[in-house]
Amino acid sequence: MNGAITWVGLATSAVLVGLAITISMARGLGLERSLLWASLRALAQLLLVGAALGLVLDDGRSLWWSWLWVAIMICFASWTTGRRAREVPGAVGLAAIAFSAATAVTMGVLLGLGIFPTSGRTVVPLAGMVVGNSLGATALVGRRIIAEFTDQRAEIEARLALGHTSRHAAQPYLRTAVRTALIPQIETTKATGIVFLPGAMVGLILAGAEPAEAVKVQVAVMYLILGSVATTTSIIALGLGRRLFTTDHRLVRLTRHTG
Amino acid sequence: MYSFRHVGLDLSEPGSTSTRLLDDITLDLPAGRLIAIVGPSGAGKSTLLRMCNGLERATSGTIRWLGRDLATVDVLELRRSVGMVFQRPTPFAGTVADNLRVADPHLSDGGCGELLRLVELDPSLLDRDASTLSGGEAQRMCIARTLAVTPAALLMDEPTAALDLEHRRSIEGLARRFVDERSLSVLWVSHDEDQVERVADVVVEMAAGRVVEVRTP
Repeated sequence: MNGAITWVGLATSAVLVGLAITISMARGLGLERSLLWASLRALAQLLLVGAALGLVLDDGRSLWWSWLWVAIMICFASWTTGRRAREVPGAVGLAAIAFSAATAVTMGVLLGLGIFPTSGRTVVPLAGMVVGNSLGATALVGRRIIAEFTDQRAEIEARLALGHTSRHAAQPYLRTAVRTALIPQIETTKATGIVFLPGAMVGLILAGAEPAEAVKVQVAVMYLILGSVATTTSIIALGLGRRLFTTDHRLVRLTRHTG
Repeated sequence: MYSFRHVGLDLSEPGSTSTRLLDDITLDLPAGRLIAIVGPSGAGKSTLLRMCNGLERATSGTIRWLGRDLATVDVLELRRSVGMVFQRPTPFAGTVADNLRVADPHLSDGGCGELLRLVELDPSLLDRDASTLSGGEAQRMCIARTLAVTPAALLMDEPTAALDLEHRRSIEGLARRFVDERSLSVLWVSHDEDQVERVADVVVEMAAGRVVEVRTP
């Protein structure tokens, strides 16, 4: 493989961490320990993941191990969403449904239609892209909805008081929240190739793939991310839109958490 | 119009003890009158009003509306029959006409203009962005929006609290006209004793979640 690097090469790349630490010291940023800890932690985590992935992706291994890996990723991402969006009632359960649905839909398209072959080597990284890239948007849309429902409570109640159903009354505020969560992803997608070269493509080119081939994979990955972010945010909006009302179309009381 | 029998409302929030917002309310509210509900902050006036529109639900007792047990009435039907105006104007995004059509999407331009005239607003305001209206104009637009669903009763939760004296008087006059000329029933929550004397046919005085007196001013 053209882009393979040796252990010595990897250690040498740590010179760049040294550069960051030197800048921190020179500018009095006080981030030296954090930089060192983050770099070492990332190295340890990735080495562990690499070793585990090596076991899971082994050619003779059953595909079930890959799906188990995906399930663990979904559980961890749901728990992380719950931590990032404490004010969202039932965030962990909703996020688990959203990540599972997004994984099912996007994998169904990419693997079911034969765009990528079904193997551990495709299932785990692609599902990782789905879950990892929708994590931020999922927490953001949950928090945004709670903020909208807290700030616009009077407006929502005015709509309810006109005889609107809770679904109808919530619609404009859910739409605003989903738009807020989706727009950064759309902007990132628009800037791809001009402002930055995305990771999957860079990785493939470094590993020796033809740029044209790398571009095809990258575009499919980008569409995968867009689809998964749209799916997770919509599911969170749909779920919260129901959870924030009683069955007789009253708004539930919300307590706003800070921090 | 409404008949309350031993109505209570306890608010219980996770991790805290329950709070009694309304306590053993027994009260009859006649139709076709302007009834003021008065009392200090925390007396339960707004909660009582919100119950009449189904925005709050009693945890004990019975409320009858036009002879029907409120617990068995479809809440959407109730809300279309009993309009509510809130303390602060709540204009929605869009023009004044858009706001009126949130209440009734089938309203014609003529119908929208008629509603504005009803609340003494110029129909030329229909194309104005609702967020640019003054406080008094916005509150009158909100009343027009509530009237768009042709309710038989209006619940007004301190509708003039955020307005200056001139707009306060104008809204009082509107409410009085709705009762006298259109036989609408109006329930009006107020803090202002003078205002109550000016507009009300019946005064319900509340304190600490209970009704302490019903009188004629």
